[in-house]
Amino acid sequence: MTSKKALATPFMIWIVAGTIIPIGAIAYYGLTDRNDRFTLENVLAIGNSVHLQALWLSVLLALISTVICFLIAYPLAIIMKNSNFGKRGFMIFLFILPMWMNFLLRTMAWQVLLEKNGVINGMLEAIGLPGQEIINTLSAIVLGMVYDFLPFMILPIYNVISKIDDSIIEAAYDLGASTSEVITQIYLPLSVPGIVSGVNMVFIPSLTTFVISNMLGGGKINLIGNIIEQEFTVSSNWNLGSGLSLVMMLFIVVSMIFLERFDKTGEDSFI
Amino acid sequence: MKKKIVLVISLAIVMLVLASCGNGGGEKVYIYSYGDYFDPDLIGMFEEETGITVVLDTYDTCEEMYPVIKNNSASYDVLCPSDYMIERLIDEDLLSEINFDNVPNIKNIGDKYMEMSKEFDPDNKYSVPHTFGTAGILYNTEMVGDTVIDSWEDLWNEDFSGEIVMQDSIRDTFMVAEKILGYSLNTVDEDELKEATELLKEQKPLVYKYANDSTRDILASESAAMGVIWNGEYLYALELNDKLEFVVPKEGSQLFVDSWVITKTSENKENAEAWINFMCREDIAKQNFEYLTYSCPNVAAQALLDEDVLNNEKVFLTDETIDNCEVLKDLGPEGNELYSKYWKEFKAE
Repeated sequence: MTSKKALATPFMIWIVAGTIIPIGAIAYYGLTDRNDRFTLENVLAIGNSVHLQALWLSVLLALISTVICFLIAYPLAIIMKNSNFGKRGFMIFLFILPMWMNFLLRTMAWQVLLEKNGVINGMLEAIGLPGQEIINTLSAIVLGMVYDFLPFMILPIYNVISKIDDSIIEAAYDLGASTSEVITQIYLPLSVPGIVSGVNMVFIPSLTTFVISNMLGGGKINLIGNIIEQEFTVSSNWNLGSGLSLVMMLFIVVSMIFLERFDKTGEDSFI
Repeated sequence: MKKKIVLVISLAIVMLVLASCGNGGGEKVYIYSYGDYFDPDLIGMFEEETGITVVLDTYDTCEEMYPVIKNNSASYDVLCPSDYMIERLIDEDLLSEINFDNVPNIKNIGDKYMEMSKEFDPDNKYSVPHTFGTAGILYNTEMVGDTVIDSWEDLWNEDFSGEIVMQDSIRDTFMVAEKILGYSLNTVDEDELKEATELLKEQKPLVYKYANDSTRDILASESAAMGVIWNGEYLYALELNDKLEFVVPKEGSQLFVDSWVITKTSENKENAEAWINFMCREDIAKQNFEYLTYSCPNVAAQALLDEDVLNNEKVFLTDETIDNCEVLKDLGPEGNELYSKYWKEFKAE
């Protein structure tokens, strides 16, 4: 009966309408067949070799994208921390700028850029270089994932790194630590919470994406997201689509719990 | 007390949101159609003439539309699905018979096309044809050089590795392989389907992209040499690149008829009939053809077209071509699941 509880009402309505009801609907469809009888078949269908293969490929591509994003984002976060104030703001601005545009449009732009007779090949040709043939391959999908999700890796890592007290770093150098020792023994352990959220925010959308693989994979590559999407849009099989979605949710929860274990501080917790 | 106020406010917000979704009064017609499947200017013209407000929603594939209608999760009046989907909707008693007294312009639709419709609507009671056409190969005359393109097998020609575009749609993609093998495109024989799947797998390394709507643009930009596309795209593609040519392969192809139908649950049936009647009027059908370039079954509108368009056998197919084509049939849940299974297997390769 406190006013604090009352203030939570809009949030509660939001959660019920936006999370609980939809998850309930997915669970219902996922655990029934077309005649509304209970079945586990849709969930167990993940064991089907085609589905397993798609899941494996999704995990692989998501891992690669996450590693690439991390390798780009981490040094950048350290550079941003050490640059002066105005420059730092400008760099953050540059990374956030693309997020002002819809990510579908940006992915579609890559499609046009990478096309065999697209803009990039046109430029390469003009300066006498051989053209690239990335479009409609796995590389194009990884490129799309890294491009779309990189800001989600940079921002949490930068957020944590920028808060590391400079005096700790100076102390390390004073005590004779080399740059690599400072990075591995000071920066890395102190930035684990940021890394964990960054990895979560890149790995999970990469794992479940179907738009990027649709647009840049040329319909040749089926990720688990594509399979689920097609069960809804092409096969009209909501039950199987929901069943596979339930498996994916479980998969995501497990990987989050796994990641949380690294984050001992408990900050930025998702669960 | 405070809690009550907040509750009342949040309830009020919910009510407001709900109310704004409801009927705002006045005559309306709810249309659910393929995206960009008629000239958008026509909506304004219809509203002005009849005073009926059009509410339009669109879908990309019939399969996307089907569960929405099946589960009755939205109250649409008019739909524009394809042949096999109309058959399924009729079978499942989801359509209502059209009162043709309210659609006098049905007289403009050629008998030939009403006959075609009987494949999926045996008594012509439920549907009014909107467009028809077939799939074929659109190719770049310069890029294929001296090679004659007249068969689906040309899409397996290794000389054009990485320059071939296929459809990315279960039935339309399987159709190509089935036609090469001499099977019906409605086959549900598992062995035949397996064979077709193997053939498609064989072709996969040669394919640049599996695409639906973008095929035209890929060919126009010369990123690929040939692709499977609907004949309705041909005239527009030619405007983008005059080196393009279209052929309906000799093995025969798929004939589609997309038609207007009215749902069983329609609450504005007369408005829906008014819309269909409007779309059948010759000047409207002509304007729509000029926008869409998909062949129109409206003979009165055809009479208004330029001779050279009307005589273009790639746009208005000859009877011979039509006879060589098959209409897609609904395969029932088991048939569809079989296709879906082999489709996933082929995609996973």
